[in-house]
Amino acid sequence: MHEYSLVEALVRRVEEEAARRGATAIHAVRVSLGELSGVDAELFRTAWETFRAGTGCARAELALAPVAAAWSCTACGAAIPRGAVLRCAGCGAPGRLSERADALLLESIEMEVP
Amino acid sequence: MCTTCGCGDAELVPVELHEKILAGNDRTAAHNRAHFREAGVLALNLMGSPGSGKTAVLEATAGLFPGLALGAVSADLATDHDARRLERAGIPSRAITTGQACHLDAEMVHRSLHGFPWQALDLFFIENVGNLVCPAIYDLGQEANVVALSVTEGEDKPLKYPVMFQKADLVLLTKADLLPHLDVEVDRIRDALARVLPEPQVLLLSARTGAGMEAWKGWIEARRARVPAKLRLPLAGHVHRG
Repeated sequence: MHEYSLVEALVRRVEEEAARRGATAIHAVRVSLGELSGVDAELFRTAWETFRAGTGCARAELALAPVAAAWSCTACGAAIPRGAVLRCAGCGAPGRLSERADALLLESIEMEVP
Repeated sequence: MCTTCGCGDAELVPVELHEKILAGNDRTAAHNRAHFREAGVLALNLMGSPGSGKTAVLEATAGLFPGLALGAVSADLATDHDARRLERAGIPSRAITTGQACHLDAEMVHRSLHGFPWQALDLFFIENVGNLVCPAIYDLGQEANVVALSVTEGEDKPLKYPVMFQKADLVLLTKADLLPHLDVEVDRIRDALARVLPEPQVLLLSARTGAGMEAWKGWIEARRARVPAKLRLPLAGHVHRG
């Protein structure tokens, strides 16, 4: 389970950004979580609840936005159905994964500045 | 301060970042990669479940390259058994004991290089923690990911762990010598891989009998040909941590 080390990295980065901007409070942290990011949303949330106590994120809401994975043909753009072989049924070219479907991104932070 | 009416209340500011949470790891991985390329070392990250045969493949690889210098770091939660096995097979190795960590990250690999004569190597194997989940998302600075999947693990393993197999530049189907004793069809494993990876590269081999090891050797040689012998990358502004 690597969600704890990811949350640790997230909290540190948020605290760093808040300090840089002289924030007095952090209200929300928005994260997008790709279906193929290798991260489980529930575990991530549990790790967040455990880890944020005593940090600058203690009162911040975690907003997790799921990003679904979709495959399409690299040549003709045709959609490849879920669960199918990742080759275009029409032209035989290999598939390409949709953007951000394999990423775990810190999208934005809502903070209070004096 | 609130700029609308000047009331003195704090202002709520949205800060847009859109950055990877693993950006810090990726920076260290890029640093490792620059080091490896500069020294002309082909670094391979070998992943797979516990018991998939990672160490056995490396033991059998030791004799394939008589003219080259091989080295490895081998990660386990506890014990240095695998590193010792590799040493006995003739591959200078260092153990990384990760404790509770279920994967290697770029910093652990970086630290393991200190005091290890990796610059003199031609092939450097990073044997990851046996795990089909966590190691997949950490870039270590390798040139390629190799995932070992033993034929005993079930035909649908790639469908159950798509993130790991999607990261594989090469899948080694290990323990091929056991096929006569199993109800496993290799074509079904290949089919499962083709559903998580657009262009799967697959080699069927047995470390025990040596079957398929020539093809594995050929794959490594082809990869090695892409790493220039002494690629001097400019490392201006390069700060060495730790």
